[in-house]
Amino acid sequence: MKIKYCGVVAGVATAAIMALSIPGAASAKTFVFCSEGSPGGFNPSLHSAGTDFDASAQPIYNRLAEFKPGTTEVVPGLAESWSASDDGLTYTFKLRKGVKWHSNKNFTPTRDFNADDILYSFNRQWKEDHPYHGVSGGKYLYFGWMDMAAALKSIEKVDDYTVKITLNSPDAPFVSNLAMDFASILSAEYADKMAAAGKMETVDTDPIGTGPFVFDSYKKDAFVRFTAFDDYWEGRPKIDKLVYAITVDKSVAWQKLQAGECHLMPYPNPADLKAMEKHADINLLSQEGLNVGYLGFNAEKAPFDDVRVRRALSMAINKQNILDVVFKGAGSPAKNPIPPTMWSYNDDVVDYPYDPAAAKALLAEAGVSGLKTNIWAMPVARPYNPNARRMAELIQADWAEIGVEAEIVSYEWGEYRKRIRAGEHDTALLGWTGDNGDPDNFMFVLLGCEAAKSNVARWCNTRFDGLLRAAKQTSDQGERTQLYEDAQVVFKREAPWFTVAHSVQFRPVRKEVVGFKVHPLGSHIFKYVDLK
Amino acid sequence: MRSFLLNRIALLVPIFFGVTLIAFGFIRVLPGDPVLALSGERTMTAEKHAELLAKLGLDRPIWEQYFTYITNILQGDFGTSLLTNRPVLDEFLELFPATVELGFFAMIFALVVGLPAGIIAAVKRRSFFDQSIMSLSLVGYSMPIFWWGLLLIILFSSILHWTPVSGRLSFMFDVDTVTGFLLIDSLLSDEKGAFGSAVHHLILPSIVLGTIPLAIIARQTRSAMLEVLGEDYIRTARAKGLSPIRVIGLHALRNAMITVITVIGLQVGVLLAGAILTETIFSWPGIGKWIIFSVFSRDYFAVQGGLVLIAMCVMTVNLIVDLMYGLINPRILHTR
Repeated sequence: MKIKYCGVVAGVATAAIMALSIPGAASAKTFVFCSEGSPGGFNPSLHSAGTDFDASAQPIYNRLAEFKPGTTEVVPGLAESWSASDDGLTYTFKLRKGVKWHSNKNFTPTRDFNADDILYSFNRQWKEDHPYHGVSGGKYLYFGWMDMAAALKSIEKVDDYTVKITLNSPDAPFVSNLAMDFASILSAEYADKMAAAGKMETVDTDPIGTGPFVFDSYKKDAFVRFTAFDDYWEGRPKIDKLVYAITVDKSVAWQKLQAGECHLMPYPNPADLKAMEKHADINLLSQEGLNVGYLGFNAEKAPFDDVRVRRALSMAINKQNILDVVFKGAGSPAKNPIPPTMWSYNDDVVDYPYDPAAAKALLAEAGVSGLKTNIWAMPVARPYNPNARRMAELIQADWAEIGVEAEIVSYEWGEYRKRIRAGEHDTALLGWTGDNGDPDNFMFVLLGCEAAKSNVARWCNTRFDGLLRAAKQTSDQGERTQLYEDAQVVFKREAPWFTVAHSVQFRPVRKEVVGFKVHPLGSHIFKYVDLK
Repeated sequence: MRSFLLNRIALLVPIFFGVTLIAFGFIRVLPGDPVLALSGERTMTAEKHAELLAKLGLDRPIWEQYFTYITNILQGDFGTSLLTNRPVLDEFLELFPATVELGFFAMIFALVVGLPAGIIAAVKRRSFFDQSIMSLSLVGYSMPIFWWGLLLIILFSSILHWTPVSGRLSFMFDVDTVTGFLLIDSLLSDEKGAFGSAVHHLILPSIVLGTIPLAIIARQTRSAMLEVLGEDYIRTARAKGLSPIRVIGLHALRNAMITVITVIGLQVGVLLAGAILTETIFSWPGIGKWIIFSVFSRDYFAVQGGLVLIAMCVMTVNLIVDLMYGLINPRILHTR
């Protein structure tokens, strides 16, 4: 009797609380994204993580060029068109007219977007004497990582709607860089007003952009809120409100998705994928990630300086087994250093077969016997490698079959990368996720001679490097494609890496959501999304 | 009373410096640094790495960094977060009320359930009730918070739909921050239904966070009560014909409370540690989640400043607990 009474009281109390939780007015069409972390800030040039860009670059801002959603194809953004000079050094951008800026309690714009905003946004990051350069910490990580300072010679305003950018040397991937989040365009007028008011950091904490959503508020570690921008130049988004509900734990995010407390979650647990596929209310979207996971051979250390040894060890590894055990179907075998979704991917390249007998013979030919080596494995899951430790164990077992003894080595993630850069490893697992959809961003960054002293393979091949440098010099897509295809042939022949896999990225989304596309660069873009 | 208080405060000074040494040293002992944490798989020469470290002010000698850190703290400057570029104190104060609110209700839950359970277990010693309470408290103490929280979410949120999954408030409500305590701010706001939503969201996290303190309080209360109930003055009180409630509630409980208050005071530290996991599971925007993320990101200044601020809170609570001893048992005030 007492238990029944307690149960009734608990039930009534819960119902009362639930009734009190119902909002008074009807809700606007609100899309809720279960974001996996809190943004570090709202100026994308100052930050480097996907969570930062999702909360700033994508909803609030635009760039001169944009990536077409779901692809890495560069299309016009705030620049309607652009042309390059014959020598590839000068790019002239024609800016879009009639693009409106957001307004907030601090600022009401008096003009549309124009060339002054381009100059402000880039010069702030580039020029150390710019009044805004040191504001909010002044760490322009991606501007540095994409070597923009070395690339840029000048940025000039020709007129209000024409900007000329001159480079120090031809750099074909340059326009792709301008579509990246760090190159988002900020309001120069807002910056001037805040400087005059002595509140320069407000530009970065209360952002103003031209993007599809206006920033409303941010409750740290809880919510980021946006409202659809009625005057957005591409057309007002279909949803009225956009809310990022910050949910760190993936299992909890999955529960929220099922309960309808959010409409989309990123990076689900692999263990939940089967349940997501079967769930009646969920669509499990997927796309091959713009990434590659690999085992790099330290070509500076004997015997890995001998290409026969690298080939032999590659042939001894059972790649399919790794895909089955480690990726559990969420990966595709890699044979090239770039993923198949990237233009210039050379499908004619033939991968090394899994052939332990041939591997043993090739090792003998190279005069190597009783090899003792190491396999470095990352301690953390990465987009291109869900379990490096397990992968290393499988490779260790495969190599033992051909008489190669390998010790598995691991360090804390930061320490791991630091030591690899110092070349302490014999072989090491690592990977890469693309920044801008250009093959140069994979091959030159990871395998070019310029990076040879700090990358995993520490490999410098003049033929390979020459092809990449030639591909930088021309903006002719056909010519660049041929050069990169040739580079991939050289890569496979020289085998500085055992290419493992390209992982698939998954996005579970509720069935009532339409218009969302998985983006190869991992960005979450909501401007075309609707709720039916 | 004054000398007692001054003695306790004087002890805080060496403790404070010890905490600063631990906070400063601990994050630097961990492998990796903020530049490595930010750079991902990007290749970087040693020179570039050193240049970026210098920009963050982390290239100076260790003793100079510590000296700057201490002098700044003594002036109320707890540093600037490397990730957000905001003052660490601002970040802490923005998130601290959420942790206090959760901790407060977790403690209420632990006391409201744990104290009576411990008292009844002691009074009805060796009964089925006593054995059940002790078994359940052992289970509660042993359960991993993470697992317990997920279990409750799956049962009450996903299956029964009685409680929300996580967070502090439904996304439908946008309540302005006035005090930082959402129950108060939601009442002050004009968002109808926000208060109910805030209460609703508090239920599961409070139960999860309060489970371990509940188990400890129940056991300690039982132990303390058993010790006191065996004393001669209790037998005398019963012999005088006092009612059981007067004997237990007035005479026994008051003397048992000294031990129990010690435990409650220590639970503040446990609550802050447990808050890290509870806040992560329930996406509760508090300092526990913030400090652990700062450690993972190697945000040196947030960790240095944040740990000291948390330690100051724990020290303050323990000081209050010490003072409460004096109120319950005035003899303690005069003990040297």
